[in-house]
Amino acid sequence: MKEFFAFVRKEFLHIFRDRKTLLVLIGLPTMLIVLFGFAISTEIRNVNIGFFSPQEDAVLSRLADKIDQSGYFTSVGWMRSEAEIDEAMRQGRIDVALMFGSDFTSGLYSPEGAVVSVVTDATNPNNASMEVMYLASIINEYFGSDISRSVSMRMAASANMSSASGMLVPNLRMLYNPQLKSSYNFVPGIMGLILMLICSLMTSVSIVREKETGSMEVLLVSPVRPINIVLAKMIPYFVIACVVLLNILLLTIFVLKVPVAGSFFWMILVSVIYIILSLGIGMLVSSLVRTQIIATLICGMIFLVPVMMFSGMLYPIESMPVALQWFAQVIPAKWFIEAIRKIMIEGVPVRYVTMEILVMTGMAAMFFTAAVVKFKDKL
Amino acid sequence: MDAIVIRGLRKSFRKDQPPAVCLQGETVIRKGELFGIIGPDGAGKTTLFRMLATLLDPDEGSATLEGLDVVRDYRKIRTILGYMPGKFSLYSDLSVKENLEFFASVFGKDIDSNYDLIENIYCRLRPFEKRKAGKLSGGMKQKLALCCSLIHSPSILFLDEPTTGVDPSSRRELWENLAQLKAAGMTVVVSTAYMDEADRCDRVAMMKSGRFLTVDSPGNIMKRFGKRLLAVRSDNMFSLLKDLRSLDAVEKCYTFGDTHHVTLKDGTEADAAMIASELESVYGHKGVKVYDVPATLEDCYMNLEEE
Repeated sequence: MKEFFAFVRKEFLHIFRDRKTLLVLIGLPTMLIVLFGFAISTEIRNVNIGFFSPQEDAVLSRLADKIDQSGYFTSVGWMRSEAEIDEAMRQGRIDVALMFGSDFTSGLYSPEGAVVSVVTDATNPNNASMEVMYLASIINEYFGSDISRSVSMRMAASANMSSASGMLVPNLRMLYNPQLKSSYNFVPGIMGLILMLICSLMTSVSIVREKETGSMEVLLVSPVRPINIVLAKMIPYFVIACVVLLNILLLTIFVLKVPVAGSFFWMILVSVIYIILSLGIGMLVSSLVRTQIIATLICGMIFLVPVMMFSGMLYPIESMPVALQWFAQVIPAKWFIEAIRKIMIEGVPVRYVTMEILVMTGMAAMFFTAAVVKFKDKL
Repeated sequence: MDAIVIRGLRKSFRKDQPPAVCLQGETVIRKGELFGIIGPDGAGKTTLFRMLATLLDPDEGSATLEGLDVVRDYRKIRTILGYMPGKFSLYSDLSVKENLEFFASVFGKDIDSNYDLIENIYCRLRPFEKRKAGKLSGGMKQKLALCCSLIHSPSILFLDEPTTGVDPSSRRELWENLAQLKAAGMTVVVSTAYMDEADRCDRVAMMKSGRFLTVDSPGNIMKRFGKRLLAVRSDNMFSLLKDLRSLDAVEKCYTFGDTHHVTLKDGTEADAAMIASELESVYGHKGVKVYDVPATLEDCYMNLEEE
């Protein structure tokens, strides 16, 4: 046991001596959280919008003001012609235009209805569809309240106008994330990414470094069981991973203001299982390769890139081809991110994440067994 | 008492290449012996060490250390063995003291329990205790590595090319340290590519292409050198080598420091004066000097190669 702690102590010394790496390990999650939380977001903001209507109309002017005030759009003003809209779009002065049909307001009350066209710059398809969606909902809301108000006024007058009130009004509710904040989606993803990075990449590189420098040769010719050498390597990285986990959670709760809806205990437990699983991956990689560069490439290419692609962090898994959907099932981070989303964002009881916990525990057991079997205590 | 017994070890890494190590017969290293393995780079010294240090399994043959088989009992061997690889393999980001403490605790010991064993070596490192191992000079690194491989008081010590890249005075100190360890009863096996260091060993094995050419004390090896050996020099050393090789009486000619060494064929009448006059008259060399020299280990090695 004394030998084991000597190893653990040595590993901590290595890590603390290498200040820059430590700084990156602690600083990177902070940077990512801030980046994804504030700078990189899928929400739209301050999109330049132009309006066109054949006639002047006070109702439409109020609508334009409302759109301008929403924060999502910035009004560039009224255009005189469709050609001008076209020109503004080309020059990049506007990203989206709202073109009302002739006699729009009066058309609203006619059986034929009124026509409004939304023209967007679809070079970025995600933004374009978001803009259309946001505009449609603002317009619906505006006329919805406007119409019902005018309807009730007229009802008082003649009590004979029921056509507008028969309109279908969908009642939309965004569960778990009513403000549609993208940080709700990214926080579990970043946790999956960073914890995998620290645990698998750093452990495997630090074990392989000993092989590369030749110190493993000396360690092997000692009474210490070589598997203990590897286990001792994991403890410091486990500790660092836990520190980073707390760091991410604190930033998430106090800076991004994403509340933890479910059980804090189970969220930590699921994360610890995931940390152990990642350590197992690192250990397996280190027992298979001989050079740091290969270890880095394997961990980076085979484990980190799929985390981004197939964990549902950036792209929904359900919309992938079936073969890739199957592939996504073997990505450990996918299960972790799903579990964290359920507990942290949805706040469901732990019995709904039993599946995820079991899969991750199974994977961890598998990686550790493979690593121990593959570990050679000779050169 | 035999500390190490090697019975025909063989190891090859690739099928299409000759084996890295291919020892025939039995080689015995006695307890408390300072044994040298001498050979040029690529002779198979490191591979042999790794097999004896239980890091590589031999393809054929077997070896025992203190009666323990290197394949079967490798765990037990690892408790009695001190091994210092050729490459500096301590932790360069840890200080001198931290390295030593770490290696002591790996063997379940502390520095004090075996301090007397390393005292002579460590006293030179003591002023640099707080310095990072990576910032030490080459000789200091080797001293630290030696301390680390001695701290658990092994009964057998393997040193793979400990003097490579070390200045002459540090080399001399190292050999003095090894002599002290031997005097303390430790079996020490050292490999080196420097022939002049072999004199310090009780016995040496001359190694070439994975085989032991001969195993004997340096004195006996030199005594058995049965040929006449001449040292030759002239103003034009380069063409001299070629010309010497074309002489009838000359068996073998090779450069040795600033002279060429020449062995003469058995039964030839030629001597130093005859060769000198032939070089001057037939080949037109100027400033020719030819004289008899006693054989060194290097001469023995050069002439053993052929057999």
